[in-house]
Amino acid sequence: MAAGWRLPNLWDAAAFLCVIGALVAVGHVARGTLTRIDAPGATQITLDPLNLPAYAVRTTLRMFAALAASLLFTFTYGTAAAKSRRAALVLVPVLDVLQSVPILGFLTFTVVFFMSLFPGQVLGLELAAIFAIFTSQAWNMAFSLYQSLKTVPADLAEASASFHLTAWQRFWKLEVPFATPGLVWNTMMSMSGGWFFVVASEAVSVGDNTWTLPGIGSYVALALAKKDLIAVGWAILAMLAVILAYDQLLFRPLVAWSAKFRFETTAGATASDPWMLRLMRRTRLLKFAGERVGDATSFIGGLRLSFGRRPRSATAPEPSRTVDIAWIALLALTMAAAVWRVVLFASQSLDWADVETATGLGLITLLRVVVLMIVASLIWVPIGVWLGLRPEWARRAQPVAQFLAAFPANLLFPPFVLFIVHFSLSPDIWLTPLMVLGTQWYILFNVVAGAAAFPGDLKEVASNFRIGGWLWWRKVMIPGIFPYYVTGAITASGGSWNAAIVAEVASWGDTKLQAHGLGAYIADATDKGDMSRVVLGVVTMSAFVVLFNRLLWRPMYAYAQRRLTLG
Amino acid sequence: MDALAGLRPCLIEVKACRQAYHKDASADLVVLDDVNLTLREGEIVALLGRSGSGKSTLLRIVSGLLKPTAGSVRWRGNQIAGPTEGVAMVFQSFALFPWLTVQENVEIGLEARGVPRAKREALSEAAIDMIGLGGFENAYPKELSGGMRQRVGLARALVVYPDLLLMDEPFSALDVLTAETLRTDLIDLWVDGKLPVKSVLMVTHNIEEAVLMCDRILVFQSNPGRVANELTVPFPHPRNRLDPDFRQLVDDIYGIMTRRAPVGPKTAATAPVSPLATPLPRVGTNIMSGLMETLAAEPYDGRADLPALAGSLQYEVDDLLPLGETLQLLRFALLEEGDILLTEQGHRFVGADTDERKAIFAAALRLHVPLVTMIRQVLDERWNHRASAVRFRDELEDHMSPDYAEDTLRTVIAWGRYAEVFSYDEEAEQFSLEDIE
Repeated sequence: MAAGWRLPNLWDAAAFLCVIGALVAVGHVARGTLTRIDAPGATQITLDPLNLPAYAVRTTLRMFAALAASLLFTFTYGTAAAKSRRAALVLVPVLDVLQSVPILGFLTFTVVFFMSLFPGQVLGLELAAIFAIFTSQAWNMAFSLYQSLKTVPADLAEASASFHLTAWQRFWKLEVPFATPGLVWNTMMSMSGGWFFVVASEAVSVGDNTWTLPGIGSYVALALAKKDLIAVGWAILAMLAVILAYDQLLFRPLVAWSAKFRFETTAGATASDPWMLRLMRRTRLLKFAGERVGDATSFIGGLRLSFGRRPRSATAPEPSRTVDIAWIALLALTMAAAVWRVVLFASQSLDWADVETATGLGLITLLRVVVLMIVASLIWVPIGVWLGLRPEWARRAQPVAQFLAAFPANLLFPPFVLFIVHFSLSPDIWLTPLMVLGTQWYILFNVVAGAAAFPGDLKEVASNFRIGGWLWWRKVMIPGIFPYYVTGAITASGGSWNAAIVAEVASWGDTKLQAHGLGAYIADATDKGDMSRVVLGVVTMSAFVVLFNRLLWRPMYAYAQRRLTLG
Repeated sequence: MDALAGLRPCLIEVKACRQAYHKDASADLVVLDDVNLTLREGEIVALLGRSGSGKSTLLRIVSGLLKPTAGSVRWRGNQIAGPTEGVAMVFQSFALFPWLTVQENVEIGLEARGVPRAKREALSEAAIDMIGLGGFENAYPKELSGGMRQRVGLARALVVYPDLLLMDEPFSALDVLTAETLRTDLIDLWVDGKLPVKSVLMVTHNIEEAVLMCDRILVFQSNPGRVANELTVPFPHPRNRLDPDFRQLVDDIYGIMTRRAPVGPKTAATAPVSPLATPLPRVGTNIMSGLMETLAAEPYDGRADLPALAGSLQYEVDDLLPLGETLQLLRFALLEEGDILLTEQGHRFVGADTDERKAIFAAALRLHVPLVTMIRQVLDERWNHRASAVRFRDELEDHMSPDYAEDTLRTVIAWGRYAEVFSYDEEAEQFSLEDIE
């Protein structure tokens, strides 16, 4: 370290410029955020492509603000759920349901809420957009942390106890590092999911007012309204640039770095460092800063905070049953009160016919999702297997598929809409593919990963015994990739439900296309500001998603884990 | 030495210790029963026993990681509550933090105590050098071999200058040569007085390891775990494994460990009260055949000395004893004072061809393994000849821990399948008589 004090090198100059650039951008956005809504230019959008970089920065920073909020949520909620048995009784099921709720339907109300917090300020709108993104990111991150905390290896937990680590030290020295790889991966997934929402949440109409926050999403909305296909093209290009940038600058290095925390005792094949991580390691300035940050975290994590509690022995005393009973009783009461409130609210403006309508539309959307999953699987499984079995191709295909999954599919809607309008096709059928446009890639890249991990000796057995054709698929390849396929399909189908709200209704200039379905029902009710129907639609959709998961995907996943996992 | 031992200060005193897991349906599952242990300064003591004899549980109770159901544990005269200061532990699985370097791993105990960085570095440097890890400070555990990893585990424990070093089967995850090097290195440090500890308590299932390293050996019996015997090892260090006295002591301990439990009712098929109370170890039919064939052939001719057999097969007690006892349960062999003898049945089995072997094995199962008898009976009675495994698992769990119940069930499934007494559908968790004539 002593030899490290030399003049900054060329890498430093490059890094320095990057840092300054980022600071300037943040300052610019902060100025835009803290103005009044009626200030000139505060909520106006122009289709001049020269403005796009600035819009892209605004959109990206919204993403990261939401990401920060999600991390905060993850570390509080996830930790509480894992640490307290009684809290977990409530927190875990709630998280499970939240994961399946299409928050997009609530956008209008969150906008009203945040606007009332900061009347007349752009900040209110910004917070509403950030909140929408947050709701698309936080749940799976919190789940990932919760799951990791619950599966900390027993011997390491014992070692921590026997060396007298306090609860605080244990959290930072054992539990957080153990959770890091999963959390980084889920953060990356969340980030991809978030783009979809950021684009949908920038242009919001509440009743008669329509507000647009400067950003790529509202740029596209305006382009759609003005039928400007070239502007849409520019927006797609800007989006590509942004995603490529954060993927290369942030997530590649982060994923490579987090491999250090992977819990494996044997040295695996290590991929070469991504260029950004190399840059960080070579640049004296950044390296120095990184080490300081590392030291600081290690210092904070090393503090002997014990919260007044001695490290307990591994077997805690039997938890009190009376407190348990009281707690469960309290929960039951709260539940009953909540149900009562919902019934009161619903009975004012809804009757059974509404429920029937919503359920019927839900079935239509369900049919769409099922058909889409089948079609997408029929297309992408063979392609994924083909790619995965060729390592050369798999290496190239994997990042591309991940990249496509991150791309907000709603930006790609306009060409489709144009196509449907031009040939006057049935929206009920032709709007459907839009639902899976962004989510099908999860199937592809999981299948590629599965086929790439397929053991070489089994491949040799298959060719040695001349197993080919349909038999090869049935007995060799499909069982081999099935666990991976299910993982991808779960994500894809969940995303498709959410996308229904945006995909079942589409417009091009004055032309409005609408398909029959629960998504369109929610979107329609949102437009009219009909709160009770939005709630009904969202609740119905959540119920469909939860049931779909419980009755189809969970058993399938459990089966795959039990019977088809190799090794 | 023995005369002085009584005068040395007492570190740990365990009295009337009992560890039981509560079970709703029936009696508690007793892991440890009425165990007493006194540990003084200046001695290395082994807790020797088979897996499941509760010796690791006792080690965790001594370390304060586990609170006993009953009985008292005193550390230097004071009742302990929670992990004891002055005790450091070495783990069978090493339990190193994969994201910390060797040095950071070693420092973790010091950091927990709030030792300032400079002092931490000095102490860990010394411990790392002492244990022969110099040059590996910046390596991550995954870059190290098993032997080096356990050295890190040792350094991490020693760096806090514990009064008592606890070791939980510290060498059993290592290959034979590596384990031997580590043992001798540790004993050399101990004899030279370089080991910064007052006393060592180690858990092992390796009889030779216990005799090689320890001053005192507590032999445990299983079900429930009890101290069956206490032996003093009188040999000075360095000890020679080939020394006749050394061999004799090893032989004696084998004898103690194969002796039938003097207390409790016979667990034969005649006891109708709980025919399911005997846990069965995971012993496969191939290894049983293999051992019987080995015993029948030269040089053993039907009788073998267990330590010699273990040595030539590279087996440890934990591998060999369950195997021998299973053969004894099925009346294929007999265990006698450290020897194993092939019975008439055993010889018949060895001489038979595949189908005859299955028939002999099936007959032995139905005679001597009540669980098999019971499953077959239920299957014969049912109109569809199917029965759920869950039911048998539940019944087993009334008599043993879920882990043992699972092991026992697995073993019985494997045996029954081999002997074609019944078949089993893993997906449905069902026994049936499909493909069984």
